[in-house]
Amino acid sequence: MLDAAPKMLVQVRDLKMYFPVYTGILRRHTGDVKAVDGVSFDIAQGETLGLVGESGCGKSTVGRSLLRLYEPTGGSVVIDGEDIATLSPEALRRKRPTMQMVFQDPQASLNPRMTLAEIIGEPLVEHGNLSAQDRLRRIYDLMDQVGLNRRFAGRFPHEFSGGQRQRIGIARALALNPKFIVCDEPIAALDVSIQAQVVNLLEDLQDSLGLTYLFISHDLSMVRHIADRVAVMYLGRIAELSPRDALYDRPLHPYAEALLSAVNEPDPLLARRERIILQGDVPSPARPPKGCNFSTRCPRAFARCHTEKPQLSEVEPGRHVACFLYDTTAQAGSTGRPEDPEHNQQGEPK
Amino acid sequence: MPDGAPDLATSVLDVRDLKTVFRTRGGEVHAVNSVSFHLERGELLGVVGESGSGKSVTMMSLIGLLPSPPAENRGGQVLLGGRDLLKVTDDELRAVRGAKIGFIFQDPMTSLNPVFTVGNQIMEPLIRHMGLTKAQARVRAAELLELVGISDAAARIDNYPHQFSGGMRQRVMIAIALSCDPDVLIADEPTTALDVTIQAQILELVKGLRQKLGMAIIWITHDLGVIAGIADRVMVMYGGQVVEQAPVKELFANPQHPYTRALLKTIPSLHGKRAARLQVIEGQPPIMTAAPTACAFRDRCAHRFDRCDRENPLRRPIGASHDVACHWTAGGAHA
Repeated sequence: MLDAAPKMLVQVRDLKMYFPVYTGILRRHTGDVKAVDGVSFDIAQGETLGLVGESGCGKSTVGRSLLRLYEPTGGSVVIDGEDIATLSPEALRRKRPTMQMVFQDPQASLNPRMTLAEIIGEPLVEHGNLSAQDRLRRIYDLMDQVGLNRRFAGRFPHEFSGGQRQRIGIARALALNPKFIVCDEPIAALDVSIQAQVVNLLEDLQDSLGLTYLFISHDLSMVRHIADRVAVMYLGRIAELSPRDALYDRPLHPYAEALLSAVNEPDPLLARRERIILQGDVPSPARPPKGCNFSTRCPRAFARCHTEKPQLSEVEPGRHVACFLYDTTAQAGSTGRPEDPEHNQQGEPK
Repeated sequence: MPDGAPDLATSVLDVRDLKTVFRTRGGEVHAVNSVSFHLERGELLGVVGESGSGKSVTMMSLIGLLPSPPAENRGGQVLLGGRDLLKVTDDELRAVRGAKIGFIFQDPMTSLNPVFTVGNQIMEPLIRHMGLTKAQARVRAAELLELVGISDAAARIDNYPHQFSGGMRQRVMIAIALSCDPDVLIADEPTTALDVTIQAQILELVKGLRQKLGMAIIWITHDLGVIAGIADRVMVMYGGQVVEQAPVKELFANPQHPYTRALLKTIPSLHGKRAARLQVIEGQPPIMTAAPTACAFRDRCAHRFDRCDRENPLRRPIGASHDVACHWTAGGAHA
């Protein structure tokens, strides 16, 4: 699949992000919070990959380590042909324009003392050598693109509403003509009527600029709208990675199934499916279960689930699931994509 | 009566013409503008609206939870069991809160006191309002924890809030709200801060408790999905006013106010047809710096006409317990 027609812009292999835990008077390293524990996926050029999961599952950490806002503990992140995880600081700086981020909280991610023009123009100062005049022209262009009135260029962030601030954040992310944008819960802080405006804007920009998105969200209905493929994360690992329609029609992983059934359909007239109410809470990522991470809450867990971690493997064309229910053969050939034996969650082909 | 003629015999709470303003340095903000509604025994009333639509402020002013200043009541009646809560003394109001009206807040992380055990916090209203002894209250507190689905309640009663997860803390909040057997439970976005699988647990719990205890519930949320799954009747708020009110199935099947219609269309469905493009409501919600003299939604409305600029529409019944505040829906009939 990798060498087929669509070019894979982002290739993530066995990404690990551990946050060390120090305890005692000597601050000894006693363990790790395994926020991301061996995650692999690809994003094709122009595609939107949705990344969903509950709070604490590591989805934002994936987004941040992808752009090396954190130093990943292990694994590789190839974006547009270069491995981000191992670039030198200077090379990384030169790489930054290709990959940008839109943050969840538009309030906290904009400097309150900078005007709108300064905020949007800052990446241009840092990474470009435009004259002041050209820069202003570019800022105006960007403001037009995201639907901000040019008259607002001299205003400060507090003068804008949440939706408009998110537009400012998007304009800033677009300033350097990126190829890849990580959208980390870009609409979570917005009201429903404003969410649709921002999502439509992101889709329009994708069409006109050929952008590739990683869309991180806990809003499953919105992800169904915007994403082409969706990865469902649970406790630092991908439980299922499937094309959108396939996942929403017939989720394969028991967690994906429970997660989808828990969402309230905003239309009482649509036939309600049986709701699966999971028992208990998500375990701490510092002390994940010995077997499958979901085994403590899984309604269909059996003996093997409590002793061994399932690997992500392709169980149907295009559908990757990490669950022993779908493990018909225990041979190595069934893990991941045949072109890429490295492609499993642990990075150690069995 | 704009409120679809409430049956006084069965309504536990009757709010009429409630007005609340905030005095700020930049002038007054009219947060609640003549809100009227009633709540029937055992009913679950959903209140939806965007942030700033006045849904929380309305409910908090009912039971005097807003700090004054800046908040100021400008009239109206809140009738609970024949008494007007806006006219009673602070002491009487304190007796009503907790005993007659329970409140669950949005954020279970900050609404529990971190230095007291969970059991202590459940026992407090029992001792204060119900006159139980400490020993009795402790037994009752354990029962309540069990009721809201916390396993091993007798042992966990001595835990501190930080030893509980978010979902469990919200269960504790529900236990506190239920402790004195209130007639009315006001739940302000109780599941918004929780993950969907935990949210589903809490919704199931509330549904079950409702059947068991038969209390009336006001459920404030911005999530129409939650409303669809749990409410009997829905009230849609915009700009500090009730713009539409209907039984839940009727509201989703036959929304009348342009705002309700637009709101229902902006939300992508999980199982329905997938739209190529999301419908949007252009513009921003208003900030009400004066009492409304025109329709608050007019700037974002596709059906605006001259009357909308002149006159604030009143709620008028258009069907069985369905009413709407809109000139356009009314056909602009008697202009």
